[in-house]
Amino acid sequence: MTRTTPVSNWATDFDVLDPHYIADPFGIWDDLRSSCPIAHTDRRGSNWLPTRYEDVTAIAHDIEHFSSLKVAVIPVGEDDVDDAGGPALEYGLPPISSDPPLHTWTRRLLLPWFSHRRVESYVALTRDLCQKLLGGFVDDGRADAAADYAQQIPVRVIAHILGVSSDMSDSFTGWVRDILEFGDDPERRTRGSEQLLNYFVSQLEFRRQSPGDDLLSELLHTEVDGAPVPDSIVLGMAALVLIAGVDTTWSAIGSSLWHLATHPDDRERLVVEPDLLPTALEEFLRAYAPVTMARVVTGDVEFGGCPMKEGDKVLMNFPAANRDPEAFDHADAVLLDRAHNRHVAFGSGIHRCAGSNLARMELQVALEEWLAYIPKFTLEAGKEITWAGGQVRGPRVLPVVFQ
Amino acid sequence: MRIRVDPDKCQGHARCYGLAPELFAVDDYGQASVIVDVVPAGLEEKAELAIANCPEYAIERIADD
Repeated sequence: MTRTTPVSNWATDFDVLDPHYIADPFGIWDDLRSSCPIAHTDRRGSNWLPTRYEDVTAIAHDIEHFSSLKVAVIPVGEDDVDDAGGPALEYGLPPISSDPPLHTWTRRLLLPWFSHRRVESYVALTRDLCQKLLGGFVDDGRADAAADYAQQIPVRVIAHILGVSSDMSDSFTGWVRDILEFGDDPERRTRGSEQLLNYFVSQLEFRRQSPGDDLLSELLHTEVDGAPVPDSIVLGMAALVLIAGVDTTWSAIGSSLWHLATHPDDRERLVVEPDLLPTALEEFLRAYAPVTMARVVTGDVEFGGCPMKEGDKVLMNFPAANRDPEAFDHADAVLLDRAHNRHVAFGSGIHRCAGSNLARMELQVALEEWLAYIPKFTLEAGKEITWAGGQVRGPRVLPVVFQ
Repeated sequence: MRIRVDPDKCQGHARCYGLAPELFAVDDYGQASVIVDVVPAGLEEKAELAIANCPEYAIERIADD
């Protein structure tokens, strides 16, 4: 139920759900960057869309004027009250949808679960999962690299970290898609967030009685300043880990596989030079950064010549910042060996993605294993590829063929 | 060559550690630090790479006295 009317002026009436924008936003960003680097629209509220690296990173660091209390790119309802998880969550999804001081202590509770040391302990599980998935279709000669592979990986690793059953993976994926990908359909979004929250409410009860060695149990049994963490905050944090940890990395894996399916020279190079993969995956993250987050303007302010009003949203266009020729040589080219790559796919400033170490590991292992099992693959001729966009951009249907 | 991480700028992207674990450590909260007094011979290029890839511009050269 995507409600879009065609866009005739991207500077004054942009629409991030426009199908052309979702499929290929890069030229639109280039045009805006050189003509009107901070675009505006009144579709779904008053929204600004910066496209330059300098502007996006400056806004990300200016937490005084640009709050994270509303981070959804696609608001629900006219007054946007349903943002970030619904009315059941008094504090939204901290730390992502919060400012200091709530942001500071909730983030400190999450970070150790995604530290390098901890992420190292998830490698074997991730590799085993990738190998099982690949083993399931490698002899078929064809697969949907998005739905059969990319989509299946992060959700199961996140379930393990949270301490919930990976049997629920398909439900998790469905709920997260309802919230993020189909967020402009109020019915679907409400249904997704209700089901997700109901599930976690029951899991919290279970973990309160039978604590395990997992994130949910730890949050329930942690004290901050001598008091337990309020249930609505534990619930918000659990929902955040699932919502933020699933669609995003799956999209990054899918976009990387799309690139390799459509650029045989790059694919062959990674097969011959597997040591290049850590550098190459940073380039995939730069060129196909999946995530756009919103900020809300805290008071009337002029930024970059734009009269921003209290309550306006700024869509933090990290993907466009990563394509800014002022910040990157040959910004439009995907250079697997790009040595200097200060990309902001994981954001910038105090809201840097808390799961970035995990995402990098999943992307590395997923691509390594795919190339080991399926070194040669191309798009399946005549089959349509579909992309999701808005908050998170990535392929949702990606049919490929191989020997 | 001597380098330091500005703790106020570092946001835990951990690019430095990924590129040069011989020179940097990152704690459980993402805070990076330099683990050598002087960058050992042969690792200057890695130090330069870390500097050039930090999204927060948090790694600095310490000027020689």
